[in-house]
Amino acid sequence: MLMLEPRTAPPAALQAAVPVLAVALTMIAGGVLFAALGKNPVEAIRIIFVDPLLDPFSRSELLVKAAPLALIAVGLSFGFRAGVWNIGAEGQFVIGAIAGGAVGLAFWDVPGLWLLPLMALAGMLGGFLWAMIPALLKIRFGANEILVSLMLVYVAQLWLSALVSGPLRDPAGFNFPESRMFHDSATLPIILGGTRAHVGVLVALGIAVAAYVALHRHVFGYRVRLMGAAPRAARFAGVSTNVMIAACLGLSGALAGLAGMFEAAGPVGQLVPSLPVGYGFTAIIVAFLGRLDPLGIVLASLVMALTYIGGETAQFTLQIPAAAISVFQGMLLFFLLATEVLSRYRLRRIRRAA
Amino acid sequence: MSALLSIRGLTKSYPGVLANSDIHFEVGTGEIHALLGENGAGKSTLVKAIYGLVTPDKGEMYVDGNLYEPRGPQAARAAGVSMVFQHFSLFEALNVAENIALGMSDPPGRAELWQRIRDVANAYGLPLDPGRLVGDLSVGERQRVEIVRCLLQSPRILIMDEPTSVLTPQEVDTLFRTLRQLASEGVAILYISHKLEEIRALCDRATILRSGRVVAECRPAEKTARQLAEMMIGLELTRPLPRLFTPGLPLLRLRGLTLPAATPFGTTLNNVSLELRAGEVLGIAGVAGNGQEELMRVLSGETRVDAEKLVLESRQIGAMGPNQRRQYGLLSAPEERLGHAAAGDMSLIENGFLTGNRRQRLAYRGFIKTATTANFARAVIRRFDVRTPSAETKARALSGGNLQKFVIGREILQRPKVLVVNQPTWGVDAHAAATIRTALRDLAAEGTGVLVISQDLDELMEISDTFSVLEAGRLSAPQRTGSLTIDEIGLMMGGSMRDHPGKDATRADA
Amino acid sequence: MRRPELPLLAVTLTAVLALIVFAIANGLNPVLLTVSIMIAATPLMLAALGELVVEKSGVLNLGVEGMMIIGAIAGFAVAVETGSPMLGVVAAALAGAALALVFGVLTQMLLSNQVATGLALTLFGLGLAALIGQPYAGIKPPAFPRLDFFLSDIPVIGRVLFGHDLMLYLAFALLAAVWLFLSRTRAGLILRAVGESHDAAHALGYNVIGIRLAAIAFGGACAGLGGAALSLVRVPQWTEGMTAGAGWIALAIVVFATWKPGRVALGAYLFGGVTILQLNFQAARITPLWLLALALLLLAVNASVRRWQQGRPVAPVLGWWAATAATAALAVVWAPSIQSQYLSMTPYICTILVLVVMSGNRLRASLAAPASLGRVFHRTG
Repeated sequence: MLMLEPRTAPPAALQAAVPVLAVALTMIAGGVLFAALGKNPVEAIRIIFVDPLLDPFSRSELLVKAAPLALIAVGLSFGFRAGVWNIGAEGQFVIGAIAGGAVGLAFWDVPGLWLLPLMALAGMLGGFLWAMIPALLKIRFGANEILVSLMLVYVAQLWLSALVSGPLRDPAGFNFPESRMFHDSATLPIILGGTRAHVGVLVALGIAVAAYVALHRHVFGYRVRLMGAAPRAARFAGVSTNVMIAACLGLSGALAGLAGMFEAAGPVGQLVPSLPVGYGFTAIIVAFLGRLDPLGIVLASLVMALTYIGGETAQFTLQIPAAAISVFQGMLLFFLLATEVLSRYRLRRIRRAA
Repeated sequence: MSALLSIRGLTKSYPGVLANSDIHFEVGTGEIHALLGENGAGKSTLVKAIYGLVTPDKGEMYVDGNLYEPRGPQAARAAGVSMVFQHFSLFEALNVAENIALGMSDPPGRAELWQRIRDVANAYGLPLDPGRLVGDLSVGERQRVEIVRCLLQSPRILIMDEPTSVLTPQEVDTLFRTLRQLASEGVAILYISHKLEEIRALCDRATILRSGRVVAECRPAEKTARQLAEMMIGLELTRPLPRLFTPGLPLLRLRGLTLPAATPFGTTLNNVSLELRAGEVLGIAGVAGNGQEELMRVLSGETRVDAEKLVLESRQIGAMGPNQRRQYGLLSAPEERLGHAAAGDMSLIENGFLTGNRRQRLAYRGFIKTATTANFARAVIRRFDVRTPSAETKARALSGGNLQKFVIGREILQRPKVLVVNQPTWGVDAHAAATIRTALRDLAAEGTGVLVISQDLDELMEISDTFSVLEAGRLSAPQRTGSLTIDEIGLMMGGSMRDHPGKDATRADA
Repeated sequence: MRRPELPLLAVTLTAVLALIVFAIANGLNPVLLTVSIMIAATPLMLAALGELVVEKSGVLNLGVEGMMIIGAIAGFAVAVETGSPMLGVVAAALAGAALALVFGVLTQMLLSNQVATGLALTLFGLGLAALIGQPYAGIKPPAFPRLDFFLSDIPVIGRVLFGHDLMLYLAFALLAAVWLFLSRTRAGLILRAVGESHDAAHALGYNVIGIRLAAIAFGGACAGLGGAALSLVRVPQWTEGMTAGAGWIALAIVVFATWKPGRVALGAYLFGGVTILQLNFQAARITPLWLLALALLLLAVNASVRRWQQGRPVAPVLGWWAATAATAALAVVWAPSIQSQYLSMTPYICTILVLVVMSGNRLRASLAAPASLGRVFHRTG
C-alpha cells in the first residue's frame, strides 16, 4: 500500500521541478488529445511550443500576452498565499480598462505626456475599487469573496458592453458597439520597432521584481506568508485579518486594473466588448504555475503566452479548435496541483502486517 | 488470571521514529492494567494498534487466545474492544444519541437507543440527556458520552486513553467508581496515563514504556510514585526548591471583564478580574473549556476589549492589538505550539520574527533585517538548548519539547514586563518541562510578572506563588499556593464553590 | 417557539404576488410566467442539491460550473447522436460524476487545495465542453418527454403541476431523497459526521476518503443533470459557455439555504424568478427602478414580520415602506430608457445581495456550515 507522508523540509530542486514536470505531463496529455482530434500530436506540440520561439514577431507577441498575465498573476499570488481568493480578476481587468479608457477618451484630442500616467492611475484605481467590493462585503458581512468577486466579473462585462454601446460609443462609428480609437498620447509607446510590444511589458517586469522583494524581504510579504501558513499564528503576531483581506484584494485589483488599461491602451487601442479574453482567469493558472512567487510567475506567464500564440497558429495551420487551448490550460493546472503533492509529501510504501 | 488480551512482539515504526519496539504484555479478565509512560513513549501508537487504527509492522495480538488482527475500529468493536479517546471523537453539532449511534456498529432505532442510553447511564451513575447537542456539554459530560458509547456495546476490553487529563478530582472519583464496577463485571481495562497517583490508586498491574519499549512491569500499589516516575523517565528526579515570594508593585490589572462567547460552543467570560504583581507567578487552574482560550486571547490582544478593562502599569491597553502590547512589555505564549504560537511551515528564524519584530527591532522601515533576525533566533536556540539541526529548520520538524522551549524562550529573551503562558508544558517531555518551569521561575525572580494558565495542578503547585481557578468563565479570588488542599481546589474547579468564592477572598500578602 | 421560516415565507409570498401583479399589468399570462420560472429554476436546484451533499461531507467543490457545462454538452451530444433524451440525461450525470472524480482524486488522495482544484475543474470543464460542443452549435436536440396527461388540462393548477418535462420532477424527487437521506438514514448521519469532524469520524473507523469521494461523485452527477436540464430543456440548444455563471449561483444558493435541502429549492426558485423577470423586464422595457422597489418591498416585508414576531414595535420599519412607495412613485413618473445590459446584471447582483444578507449573522452561519468544510484530511498511521 502506498501512503503519503508530509515532508518536513521540501528540497529546493524538487520545488523547481514541479512546474516543469507539470508542463511535460500536459504536453503528453495534450498530444493524446490532439491525436484523438485526428491531428499529428508531434507536429501540434511543435507548432504550439517551439515554432513561436523561432519567429521574431511571435517572440514579441509573447511579451504582449505575457505582460498582462504576469501583472494579474503577481497580484493574485499574494492573496492566494494568504488564503484570500480573488477569482474576479477578469472583472477588475475590465473595470481598469473602462476607467483608464474613459480618461483617455475624455482627453481624446488633448496631447500630453501626463495623459498615460493618468490613465494608468485611473485603471489601477478602477480595479482597486472593484476589488474593494468583495473585500468590504467579506470584512463587514463575511460574504464569500470567491462568489462575490466572480459575480462581479459578469457585471463588469455587461457594464463594458453597455458603455461602448452607450455613452462611450464612437460618434462616427456607424452604431458599432465600440469606442473611438485612442489618440497617440493615450496609446502605450512601443519598445520594439515593428512589433506590438509596449512599455507595459517593462512595467510588468518591474512590478514583478518589486513584488519579489516585498514578498521575501518586507514585513507585508512576511505577513502574507504567515497568514497563509498559519492564520491563528498571524493573528497572534498582530496581523489584522481584515487589513490583509483588503490589502490582498486591493493589490490584485489594482494590478488587474492596470493590466486592463494596458490592454486597452496597448494592443487593442480602443474599448470593445471583446476586450476581456480571459486573462483574469488564465492568470490564476499562471499564479500557481509560478508557484505563487513573482519571479516564477514571470516565467510561467511566458509559458502560458506560448500556448496562446502557438494555439492561434495551430488554429490556422492544423484547424485545431480554439477551445483546445483552454482544455490545455485547464489540464496544466490539474497536473500542477497533482504534482505539487510530490513536493509537500513523499510517497512511502508500507506493508500490511501479515 | 487468564489473559484476555495479549500482545506479543508488537513493533511499529514511523520515519525516523521507532514508536513501538517488540512490546509484550497481557491483560486478564477483570483486570485494570496501566500503560504508563511519558509523552512520546509510544502509548498512543500502541493503543491505536489495538483499536485497529494503526497497522503494526510486526508482532501479533491475541484476544482470548485467538489471533486478533483488526482491520479497523469496526473490526475491533466486533471483537469486543472499545476505546475512549484522549481527544474525544465527538461531533459538536450532533446530539448525544447521534454521537453514540455513530460509535456503534449496528445501532438500534431511535426510541430504543434513547432508552438504552438512559439505562446504561443510570446503571453506571453517568447521567446523560440523549437529545442535547454535544457542543453544549462540559468536558466531563463529553467523556460520559464516550464512555456510554463504549458501554452500549458491552465491551470485553475497554481502552481509556488519558481519561483524567480533563477532569476535576471529583469527576475522577466518579470515573474510577465506574471503572471498578466494570472490572468487577469482568471487563478488562487498559488504562493509559502518566499520572502516577491515579495509577497507584486504580490499577492492578502496570506496564511501563519508555522510548517505545517495555522497561518494566509491576504492581503499582507496591511502588511509590517516585519509583514509578523514575522507571518512567529513567532518571532520578530533583524537584526545584520552593522560592520565597516578595510581591512587588502591581503590573497588570484586568477589571471586571465580561465577554460573550465568540463561537457557538465557546465560553462566556463573566466579570473576570485579576491583578498580577512584579515578581509574582500567578497560576490559573481549571479544566479545559472553561474560558482559558478566551482569557488568553484577551490578554494576548487577539481579542480586543474596552481600553480601560486591561491596564499594564498605568497604561490602558485593552483596545490594543498584540504588537502594541508587546511594545509596552506584555508578551504571551499560547497553548497550541504549531499553528498558533508558531507557523509549522516557516523556519525558526521566521518564527522568531513572529513576535520579536517590535521589541527586538528586527525590521527597518518595513524591511526585515535578515542578519539581526537570524541572530535573535540563534540566541533563543542557544540560551534554551533547543535541539534543532539549524535555525533555518522548519518549526514542524522539531519535537514538541524543543519547539515549546523555542516558543517560550522567544518571549523570555525579549525581557517582558509581564509574560502570559497557556499550558506551558502540555505534551512536553519531562526534561523540557523542567527547563521551562525553571525558566519561568527565574524570569519572575528578575521581577517579571508571570501568569501561567494550566490544567496541570501539580505544575501550578510547583511554580506558582498565588493561584485562581477559572470555572465556567468565572475567575475565583486569588489564593496563596499551599493555603488549600488539592481536593479543595478540585471542588472549585468543579464549580461547587461558585457561590462561596474562596475561604479568604482578601489577598494573603506576605 | 419562534419559527425562523416565517419571514422567509412572507417574503416568498410577497414575491409571488408581485410576480402575478407584474404579469397581469404587462399583459402576460401569470401561469406561463410561473411555468417558465419553474423551468429556469430546475438546473439550479439540481446542481445546488448535489453541492449541498458534497459540502455536508466537508468538501468545498468550486467546480460546479465546470461539471454543469460538461453535463450540458455530454447530455446534448448523446441525445442528438442517439436520438434519446433519456440516454442524454444519463450521459450528463455520468460525465459530471467523472469530472467530479478528477477533483475527488486530486483533493482527497493527492491532498491538493480544494479551492484551486475546484477552479481548475471549472476552467478545464469550460474548455473541454467548448471543444466537444463545436460540431453541435445550432442543432436542435430531440424533444424532451413531458408528463402530459388528462390532469394537465385542469386550468392553472394542471398547467403548473403537470405537463412539465421529466427533469423538473426529477429535481423534486432528488430534493425529497436528499432530505430523507440526510435527516433520516444512518448513511446520512455518517456523511454529516464526516463533514463535522473528519478526525473523529476516522477515529471511529469510518472511511472518510471513501465517503467523501462518493459524495463528490454524487454532486458531480447532480451538476451534470443540471447542465442537461439547461441544454436539453430550458434553452434547448448548445452554445459555448451557456451556463453563464449558473454553477456559481448554485454555490451561492447552498450558502443562502444554510445547508438545508428545503431552502435549496426555495433559493433555486428565487433565482429562477429573478432570471425570468429580468428577461421579461427587458422585453417590457421596464426601468430598474421597479426592481429596486421590489427589492425594497421584500426587505420591508422581511423586517416587519421579524419585528412582529419578536414583539418589537413595527413603526421603525415604516422607513422601508416609505422608501418602497417613493421608489415606486418615481418609477411611475420617470421612465428613462435603459440599456438591456443593466437588467442582465440583476441575477448576479442579487446573488451578491443574498450572500451578504445570509452571511450577516456570522454566529448562525458558522453553526449551520459543516465544521470541516474545505479542510484537508490527512490520514496518519
